[in-house]
Amino acid sequence: MEQQELHLTVNGADHALACDPAAPLLDVLRAGLGLAGPRFGCGLGLCGACMVIIDGKARPSCDYPAWAAEGTQVTTVEGLGHDGALHAVQQAFLDEQAAQCGYCTSGMIVTAAALLAANPAPTEQEVCEALDGNLCRCGAHRRIVAAVLRAAHQRTGQAAR
Amino acid sequence: MTTAQPSPGLAAIPSLAANPVLSSWLAFSPGGTVTIFSGKVEYGQGVWTALAQIAAEELDVALARVTVAPVSTGGSPDEGTTSGSLSIQHSGSALRQACAQARALLLALAADQTGMPADALTVGDGQILAAGRPTGLSYWSLASPGVLDREAGGPVPVKPPDRWSVAGRSAPRLDLPDKVTGRPRFLHDLVLAGMRYGRVIRPPALAAELLSAGEPDLPAGMVTVRDGSFLGVVADTDAGALRAARLVAKAARWQITESLPDDRDLKGFLLSAPAEEVPVESRRDPRAAAAAATARTAEYTRPFLAHASMAPSCAIARWDGEAVTVWSHSQGVFALRDALAAGLRLDPGQVTVHHAEGAGTYGHNGADDAALDAVLLARAVPGRPVRVQWSREDEMGWAPLGPAMLARLSAGLDASGKIVTWRQDVWSNGFIGRPGRGGEPRLLALAHLAGGTPMPPAPDGPATGAMGSTRNAVPGYRIPDLEVVRHRLLAMPIRTSSLRSLGAFLNVFAIESFMDELAECAGADPVAFRLAHLSDPRAARVIEEVAEFSGWAGRPRKDGTGCGIGYARYKGLAGYCAAVAEVEALDDVRVRRIWLAVDVGTVINPDGVVNQVEGGAVQSASWATRERVAFDRAKITSVSWDSYPVLRFTEVPDVAVRVVAAPGQPEAGAGEIAQGPVAAAIGNALAQAAGVRVRDLPLTREQVIRAIEAS
Repeated sequence: MEQQELHLTVNGADHALACDPAAPLLDVLRAGLGLAGPRFGCGLGLCGACMVIIDGKARPSCDYPAWAAEGTQVTTVEGLGHDGALHAVQQAFLDEQAAQCGYCTSGMIVTAAALLAANPAPTEQEVCEALDGNLCRCGAHRRIVAAVLRAAHQRTGQAAR
Repeated sequence: MTTAQPSPGLAAIPSLAANPVLSSWLAFSPGGTVTIFSGKVEYGQGVWTALAQIAAEELDVALARVTVAPVSTGGSPDEGTTSGSLSIQHSGSALRQACAQARALLLALAADQTGMPADALTVGDGQILAAGRPTGLSYWSLASPGVLDREAGGPVPVKPPDRWSVAGRSAPRLDLPDKVTGRPRFLHDLVLAGMRYGRVIRPPALAAELLSAGEPDLPAGMVTVRDGSFLGVVADTDAGALRAARLVAKAARWQITESLPDDRDLKGFLLSAPAEEVPVESRRDPRAAAAAATARTAEYTRPFLAHASMAPSCAIARWDGEAVTVWSHSQGVFALRDALAAGLRLDPGQVTVHHAEGAGTYGHNGADDAALDAVLLARAVPGRPVRVQWSREDEMGWAPLGPAMLARLSAGLDASGKIVTWRQDVWSNGFIGRPGRGGEPRLLALAHLAGGTPMPPAPDGPATGAMGSTRNAVPGYRIPDLEVVRHRLLAMPIRTSSLRSLGAFLNVFAIESFMDELAECAGADPVAFRLAHLSDPRAARVIEEVAEFSGWAGRPRKDGTGCGIGYARYKGLAGYCAAVAEVEALDDVRVRRIWLAVDVGTVINPDGVVNQVEGGAVQSASWATRERVAFDRAKITSVSWDSYPVLRFTEVPDVAVRVVAAPGQPEAGAGEIAQGPVAAAIGNALAQAAGVRVRDLPLTREQVIRAIEAS
């Protein structure tokens, strides 16, 4: 619990902050940087509410020590859009009304954005497998899958033009 | 302010009769907006969007002008708890009438100012129009301060649905833009000036006494709170509080009592615990019953079920002198205020509770208990807000649970295959355990404080009126001789309270499983057998609709796959739902597809209804095939997502919903109607797929094997 200066690159911006390097990255993002998008759900990396993208890969931030994120690119849901426009996955979530309570939503969107960056045209089964570590208790699953597929179609459609 | 007596005509609009002043429902705010006040809270069911649609429709303003004020005991109308699928009926009807009266009031003022008769004036997006042309007047220019500080008069006509242009449409949810961008919106995101962080160290058993707190080696600046067996810490950061809580937990010495029943014998527990027997329904027809040629009896059970909300409970409290302000995601801020006051011997006027959104809520979870935790810890640091965050283990191990239940059904068929007699006995702990129910505050930590006493067993509500464990225990079928009895447990070793649909989940699973078993006795098709025992055309309509669009007549009949149907009218008086499920039972029980047809009367937001029904179906499938709270003799042991699995993306079925039009019928909630019918459809599909009837939930591979061995 000793405080050290940690250098993190989050959503493209460099931050130097004094924190306990062993603290979970989630705590540093929320308490240190004031980002509300990554959410606390279990603290054990089992529910996906706290998902962030670290060097292109979606992973839970609640069991990821902050020190390990030094020298990486961290992206949260807040950093997905560009120039004030929503990321295709965010827009698709609105188009499909793919949420109920929305507490798991930012984690879902982060996981889906990482999937589409790596695999621009996933099958439905691949979407489900990618999202299997993200839990939703309200039962919005099928809308979420539809939203991710919609975002994929839109992006690949645009790329083809 | 005028002091007219509330009009007797308002009796049909209970929320307005209880809160008759118009300004408690709406305000014309600067900037050309309308603020509406409701006592119903948003927790992902989309109710605020629907309420805003109702207000916009009745006022003739654009939906974008309407904002919904957060619910607070400091100013919102008291509409009780947001539960029972009643928000649109209660809050919606009150807002509709309040808006219609506000509109008429301001049009009368406009008539005075223009010299034109009020009925020659209309409203276009809040502007007052004469013959379709602007008069220069608007709601905002007319609504002088205090103009709505008057009591509602007798009901005025409201817009008929065939003239709706905002209500009745699938307006996008007002709260989703914040939620897809990660903007702070939840209570969990709220950071108040000077806020400190608290954690509670729960006992290592449900029944335990703190013998010694020991001498934990805590860093400077930590505040520890001990009151009887209640232990907590307050620190400057949440991480600091968590670390301190671990040290305190390590140093504490407890006396543990093994107070829980045998996890492997829920039936034994339910049948042997002391219980009160309450008649629910009795219509005797001995002559009809005497015609029974075939008799069947069967028992169906469900385990304890957890809310398992995605967000562990959270609360903030701040003491300012003798007054305490609380921020909570409770479903009932007024009841919470009163329970906090009663539990801590305060005047309710000393307590203010503000609601802020939490994650999805499916009944009485840990929100209210976390609020008391925050109040107790904040008392140690006056003037500073203290935020208490429960851990996942706290939530799964200490929030109230949906009770384990047993339903024993007996019926007799006459020679023609008609049901002539039916008896249903239901054993359960009570479901009505929210704060204040049964005259008790019912907040977790009260039992742990010095001088505290164990929480008394949960009440179960009146036996009639489809409450508690016997919700939907009376079959909706035409049966001449019928008896339904509730056996409410008078011991509560595991704390129980309301969980989505209350007893309807098991009762409908039991009734509809039994209907299939009886249909088999009678040699009838399950759909035809149900229709033959129904006289309500709306009931028949949803069954016929779901049979048609699921392709029931041509359903697959191959080994390892089955289709089943389930039907209920929620509470016997609300929304109708029929479900068909397709289940595969090869190496595991997998629900592949669910079709649902629902009739919820007049609909404010069709996509909102579909979303609620889809969500209800998926959650019911998860309860029915996966979920079971586990415990040892001292405590709950299913305290993580590993030990309490819920359905995941690769396991979730396809869900298709059809909303059956019901013009002219009153609104009925959609949030709970799918729970029972879906579980029943899955059970019936599994019986076909596995060739054996499984009557104990959850319908897992292990239960199928057990049923095969027993058959």
